[in-house]
Amino acid sequence: MAKAFKTSIVSANDLFVGDVVYMNSGGGWTRKLAEAAIAHTPDEGETLMGRAAPQQAKVVGPYLAEVALDDDGRPFPTHFREKFRTRGPSTRTDLGKQAINPERREPLAASGGI
Amino acid sequence: MYRYDEFDHDYVRARVAEFRDQTQRRMDGALTEDEYKPLRLQNGLYLQLHAYMLRVAVPYGTLSSRQMRTLAMIAERWDEGYGHFTTRQNIQYNWTKLTDVGDILDALADVEMHAIQTSGNCIRNVTADHFAGAAADEIEDPRPTAELIRQWSTAHPEFAFLPRKFKVAVTGSPNDRAVTKAHDIGLRMLRDADGNPGYEVIVGGGLGRTPMIGKVIRDFLPKADLLPYLEAILRVYNLHGRRDNKYKARIKILVHETGIEDMRASVEAEFERQMREEGGPVVLADPKQVERIEAYFAPPAFADLPAKSDALDAAMASDPALAAWVATNTSEHRANGYSIVTVAIKGTGEAPGDATTAQMRALADLGERYSHDELRISHEQNVILPHVKRDDLPAVYAALQKAELASANAGLITDIIACPGLDYCALATARSIPVAQDLSERFAEPARAKAIGNFTIKISGCINACGHHHVGHVGILGLEKSGIENYQITLGGDHTETMAVGERAGPGMSAAEVGPAIERLVDAYLERRSNDDERFIDTYRRLGAEPFKDALYAA
Amino acid sequence: MPIVTDTGFVPDDSPALVALEDIAVGGEGIALDMPLDADPEVVAPHFNRIGLIVIPFPSFADGRGFSLAQRLRALGYRGTLRANGHVITDQYPFARFCGFDEVQIDDALATRQPEDLWLAAKDRPVPPFLKRKAQAWVA
Repeated sequence: MAKAFKTSIVSANDLFVGDVVYMNSGGGWTRKLAEAAIAHTPDEGETLMGRAAPQQAKVVGPYLAEVALDDDGRPFPTHFREKFRTRGPSTRTDLGKQAINPERREPLAASGGI
Repeated sequence: MYRYDEFDHDYVRARVAEFRDQTQRRMDGALTEDEYKPLRLQNGLYLQLHAYMLRVAVPYGTLSSRQMRTLAMIAERWDEGYGHFTTRQNIQYNWTKLTDVGDILDALADVEMHAIQTSGNCIRNVTADHFAGAAADEIEDPRPTAELIRQWSTAHPEFAFLPRKFKVAVTGSPNDRAVTKAHDIGLRMLRDADGNPGYEVIVGGGLGRTPMIGKVIRDFLPKADLLPYLEAILRVYNLHGRRDNKYKARIKILVHETGIEDMRASVEAEFERQMREEGGPVVLADPKQVERIEAYFAPPAFADLPAKSDALDAAMASDPALAAWVATNTSEHRANGYSIVTVAIKGTGEAPGDATTAQMRALADLGERYSHDELRISHEQNVILPHVKRDDLPAVYAALQKAELASANAGLITDIIACPGLDYCALATARSIPVAQDLSERFAEPARAKAIGNFTIKISGCINACGHHHVGHVGILGLEKSGIENYQITLGGDHTETMAVGERAGPGMSAAEVGPAIERLVDAYLERRSNDDERFIDTYRRLGAEPFKDALYAA
Repeated sequence: MPIVTDTGFVPDDSPALVALEDIAVGGEGIALDMPLDADPEVVAPHFNRIGLIVIPFPSFADGRGFSLAQRLRALGYRGTLRANGHVITDQYPFARFCGFDEVQIDDALATRQPEDLWLAAKDRPVPPFLKRKAQAWVA
C-alpha cells in the first residue's frame, strides 16, 4: 500500500550557497519556511515538484518534506532531520539559519532565484 | 616532507581550472547534477544539510606549519573560523560556498595541497601511521609508499569510476596505528627471511553496514612489485565488484562472496599477466622517482641527546598537571631525548576534532618551533607533533594550555572519535557530537579518566561508520527509530593489529540514556578488572559480554 | 548518434555489430558488440579478424569499460575500440588513456555537450603519474 500523503513543502539546497531553501507559491525560492508553498494533496505535491524539476540551475535535490501546520497555518517540520535543516547544527547555535547572519544569504537572489 | 615536482604543480593547478570549468558547465546545464556530483566529489566537495562541505586532503596525515597556517586562513576567510579533523586524517570545512571553492583550491595549491579524491568512487586519499618516521617501534617509514600510491592513484584513468569508494592505509610498524585491517587494502611493511623489504597485503576490510576484517591476500609482496599488484587488485575489483546495490559494492563484499582463495587466484593471474608484458608492467614505478620520494622523508637531523631530560623531570616534579599530560600525551620516539606529542583535539564539552583558526595557528607555531616544522593528523582526530625534544615539553605544554589544547586524555575515555553526524551530514540518521560532548563532560575529572585507563569510545551517526564505531571498545551507532534518534551500543571492538568488530549489546536507547548507561558500564568494569593495569578490552575478553550488557541495561 | 574522435564529431558508418556468440562466423573486419562481463581472452584468438570492438557504457558512473579496454589492449588488440553510451566529456581523456579510440553518444547528450566541449576535453589535465612515466621513457 502506498504511504498516505502528508502535508508537505518542497525543500532543496541553493546551488550556489548550498543552504536550505523552500519553494514559495510563485514557484520561486525562499529561505523562510513560513513562506513555503504548502501541498495538501498528492496532486499539489506533484505540481510543486513539477515546478522544481526544471530549476536545476538554481537548486539541488528538491524533494517533498513533511510538515505540520500551526494554529496560524504556518508550516513547521515534523521530522528531526528537517528541524535541523531549518535551524542549523544543534551544537553550534551561532551558525546556520538559527543565527542571524544575513550576508551569507545573497547569491540566490543574485542568481535571479527569487 | 614530500615537495611537489613540476608534474604535481602543473596537475594540481590544472585541476583547479578544470573544477572551475566543470562548475561553470553545471551552471550552464551542460552537466546535470547527477553528472556534476561525482566530479565535485572527486574534488572533495559535498553538499550537506546546511551548506557545501569541502574535504581537504592531508596526504598520509603529514603537513608543515605553513600548510597548517593556510588551513587556518581558509577557515577564517571562507568558512566560519574552524575546521574538523576527520578519521581519515583529512580536514573538513562545513560552510563553504560553491562560488568560493575554486579560490580555496587555489589557496591550497599555493602550499602544495589539494582536495583531490577525498570523496567519490575512486581511490581515496591514502592514510598512514600518524607516528610515521618518529615511532620507536617502526620497521620502515610508510610515507614514501603512501606517497607513491598517491601519485599512482591520482586521476588514474582506469579507476576513477569504481563500484564504490576505495581506501588504502599503510603501516610501517607491527603495532598497527593505521587501522589497516579495516581498509579496502591495508599494507603492512615487513622484511622477508633474507631481510628484503616488502608488504603483507590485506584486502577486503571495511566498516559500514557489513563490517569485515581484512584478509591477507599476499603474505609477502616485494617492494618493487607494489604498483602492479595494486593495479591487479583494482582491475579485478573494477570488473567484478557489484554495481547492482550500493551497500554491496565495496571490495569486502566481492572478497566475501568470491572467497579469498578465488580472489587471490584472480589477482595473482592479473598480476602475472602484467609482469609478462613486453618491457615489464606499464605501471612499474620509476626507481629514480622512488628514490626521490624516499629522500624527502629522510629523518630530520636529530640532536644527540641523553635519553633522560633533567629539565623535564624537574618541571614535572613541581607541576603534576604537566606530569599527567606527559604520561598520557607523549609516546616513545626513535631518537634519544625526543618524544612524540599527541595534541588532543578533545576539550571537555567540545566537538571531537574541531579546531579553531587560533588553535590551528598555535599548532603551526609549535610545529615550526619545536617539531622540525612537521605536524600530523591522526585518525583519532588529534594533531601530532612528531619530533619534540623532551627538554621542550614544558614549553609546549604551556603553549597548549594557552590555546586550550592541553587536555591530558590521549587514549583515555574522553579521547572520543565522533563523525559530524546529523548536525551537519546529509547521510546521517542521528547526531553524534552531542553524545560525545555529554560523555566528555561525564568523564571530565582527570583522576577518574586516568583510573579508567585506555578506553576507546567511537561514535557514528549512521551505518556508514565514519566514526569507526565497530572497532571502539565501546561503539555507539546513531539511528532513527520511529521518528526519534536511537543509539545502539557495541562492545569489545578493537582497531589495532588485534582487530575485532564489536558485538551489539542489546536494544537501542535514547540519547539521554547513553551517558548513564556508559557510566554504569565503566563502574562494572572498574569493579571487575583484575588489577589497575587491566584495560577494559582485556577485562571484556576475559569475562565476556554478559556482565557489561547487564550493567548497560541495569536501569 | 555521433561518434566523437580527437578531431570532433563524425557520422557512424560502421558495419552492423556482431554478437559475441557469433564471433566465429563472418569474415574479416567484423565489428564486435562486446558485453561488459565478457572475458577478453575469449576474444583474443579473433583479434586479427576484428576491425572494431564496441564496449557499452550503461551509465557514466559504471567504469568497467575502462578496465575492459585496458585488458583488450594489453592482450594485443590493435583495431578500433569504441565506447558507446553514457560517457561525459570529462571522461574522454580517461577513455583515450585506457585505449579507446572514440566514443559514441546519443543525440540528446550531443546537444547538451556539443562538439566544442569534446574538443576542449582533449586538453584536460594529464594524470601526473603518466606524465612522469612519459618523461622516464624519453630519458
